[in-house]
Amino acid sequence: MPYEYLEDGVTSDVTFHAWGATLDELFSAAADATTNVMIATLDTVRPRISKPVSVSADTLDLLLLRLLDELIFYKDAEGLILRATNVHVETVDHAHQARADLRGEPIDRNAHELSGDVKAVTLHGLRVEQHDAGWHAEVTLDV
Amino acid sequence: MAAPEGIRRIADSVWELPPTLRPGMRVPVRICATEPLLHAMDDQVFKQAANVATLPGIVGYSFVMPDAHWGYGFPIGGVAAMDPETGVISPGGIGFDINCGMRLVLTDLTFDDVQPKLHELVDTLYDRVPAGVGAKGFVKLSQSEFAEVLEQGAGWCVRNGYGVEEDLARTEESGCLMGADVECVSDRAIERGYRQIGTLGSGNHYLEIQVARPEHIVDPELAAQLGITRPNQIAVMFHCGSRGFGHQVATDYLQIFLRAMTTKYGMEIIDRELACAPFKSDEGRRYFAAMQCAANMSFASRQVILHRIREVFGAVFHRDWRELGLRMIYDVAHNTAKLETHVVEGRSRQLLVHRKGATRAFGPGMPGLPPEYQRTGQPVIIGGSMETGSYLLTGVAGGAATFFSTAHGSGRTMSRTKAKHAYRGRDLQRSMEHRGIYVRTVSFGGLAEEAGAAYKDIDAVVEATEHAGLSHRVVRFTPIGNVKG
Repeated sequence: MPYEYLEDGVTSDVTFHAWGATLDELFSAAADATTNVMIATLDTVRPRISKPVSVSADTLDLLLLRLLDELIFYKDAEGLILRATNVHVETVDHAHQARADLRGEPIDRNAHELSGDVKAVTLHGLRVEQHDAGWHAEVTLDV
Repeated sequence: MAAPEGIRRIADSVWELPPTLRPGMRVPVRICATEPLLHAMDDQVFKQAANVATLPGIVGYSFVMPDAHWGYGFPIGGVAAMDPETGVISPGGIGFDINCGMRLVLTDLTFDDVQPKLHELVDTLYDRVPAGVGAKGFVKLSQSEFAEVLEQGAGWCVRNGYGVEEDLARTEESGCLMGADVECVSDRAIERGYRQIGTLGSGNHYLEIQVARPEHIVDPELAAQLGITRPNQIAVMFHCGSRGFGHQVATDYLQIFLRAMTTKYGMEIIDRELACAPFKSDEGRRYFAAMQCAANMSFASRQVILHRIREVFGAVFHRDWRELGLRMIYDVAHNTAKLETHVVEGRSRQLLVHRKGATRAFGPGMPGLPPEYQRTGQPVIIGGSMETGSYLLTGVAGGAATFFSTAHGSGRTMSRTKAKHAYRGRDLQRSMEHRGIYVRTVSFGGLAEEAGAAYKDIDAVVEATEHAGLSHRVVRFTPIGNVKG
C-alpha cells in the first residue's frame, strides 16, 4: 500500500502521505488513499463503470488536487465509488496534464463497507515532491 | 503545547497576542478560553489566528473561540470581521462545508414516553433520513428546481409543503440569504449537489434524540421561556451542512482566488488555504453570491430533514406532529460570512463577519431576532460529542466584544486517524448502548472517529463561553439516541 494516514495530521480531517517511483504511480497511490477514506476495503470496488478524465494545472500539486477532486465529484454527482487506473501524467511547456480511467461502480452498502465522506481536497500542506527514490505527496482531505 | 510568548491576560477568560507576534499582523489576536483550554489548544491555532490578523481590512481583533482547534486557513473557531470597503473575503474563513449548522427541535414528549419506543424511533430515523457516503436525498429536484432552492433557501421548502412559516422565523436569517445568485455557481457544483438536499452527510454530522434532565437545567427561567417546561423533556438536535454543493463552491473559488491574488491583486499568499480577494472585487462579489447559494442549500436541507423528523415521530407515536409539540427552537449556522451591523468604537458600522466553526449569538433586543426571542437573546446551539452532551445557550449583550460570536461545538483534540486506531466502532456502539445511548451508523469506522474521548470537554467549553461573556448557559442535553452517517 503506497500510502499512509498520519496520526498527527489536521485534527478534524485526514492527512496522508503517498509515494511512487513515477508521477503516474504517485497519482494512482494518492487516488487510492482518497478512495480508501470513503470505503474500508478497496478490493470490494468492482470495475463495472468507466469514467475517463483529463485534468490540467500549472503546478503538480494542483494537478493532483484536480484529479482527486474528480473522485469526490463522481461520488456525490453519480453515487459512484471509483479507483484511478491507467493514470498518465505528462508535462508539456510547463503545463501539466493528468489523464486517468476512473473505474468502479455505484456505492452499495451491502457490498462496500462505507467510511468517511470526503468533502474536499484542501490546500493545507499540499505538496508533490521528487526525491532520490521517486515521488512523494502530502494531502489533507476535509471529511 | 503552550501559548506563545508575549500572551497577555486581558480578563479572566480572555487572552491577547500582540500584533508583533508575526510580521504583517494588522490587529492583535484575542483568545476566549479558560486557562486549561488555552494551554490545551494546538500551537497551530495561534499561528493560524495570527495569519488571519494579517488579512486586509480586518477590524478589531482576530478572535479565537474556546473550542478552537487546528483547521486550514482560519482555525476552526476563528472569527474575523472585515471592512467591506477595504477588506477581503476569504473562503478559508468560512470552510468547505458552507453554512454547516445545528437545528434544535423540541417536543412535548418526556423520556418516559420515548424510552419504550427508542429503538423503533432511532431505527426509523436511520431509515428515513439519508446519511453516509453517496446518499441521495428524498426530495427529487430537477437542476432548475435546485436553482430555485439555492436562491430561496428554507422558504422554498415551506412553500412546497416541507414545514411551516414559524420554522422560518426561528431560523438564522429566516433561512435565506438574499444575495444568492445562481449565475455565480459552477455547473459542476450543481451537478454535485442537486440530489443531496435532505442528506445528513458523515464525519461529525449527526441526528440525536436528547433529554433535558432536571439536574441539567442551568437557568430554569430562560429554559421555560424557550419552551423547556417538563421534567426530562425530549429534544431532537441535528448537525449538517451544504453537502457536495457547498464543498464544490469552496473548492472552485479557492482556486480562482489563488490565481487572482497573485496575477491581479499583487497580494502575498501566506497560506494557500487563506486565499482571499477584495470583497468589492468581481471575484469577491461572485464568491459571496455563490456562498449564499450554498448557505441557502444548507438551510433548505435542514428544513426538509425537520419535515422528515416530524413524519417519523408522527408515525412512531401514531399522532400528528403538532399534537406531539414538535417545534423548532432555532437553527444556527457556524460556517459563514455575513454582512452585519456592529458598533465599533462607538460607531455603527457594516462589517463582513467571517465565522468559521463559530456561532452567531445575538444578544437580547437585537434586530434579526423573532419577537419571542427579543427578551431571551438568540438561542445558541452547541453540539458536543455523541457520548457526552450538547447545550442550549443564549446570546448576551456582552457578546458585542466578539461581534456577537461564540463557540460551535466541543472541538476535537484527537485526529480521526488516531481515534480510528484507538477505538472500535462496534465496541463503542455496545458500550454506548449499556450507557443508555442507542446508536445507528452507516460506518463503524466513522463511529470510532467520533468517540467522545476524541473531543474536548463540552462542559468546560460552554463554561468558558460564559466566563468570557459570549453566551449564557440554559440547559445541557444528554443523548439517548443517535443516527450517524
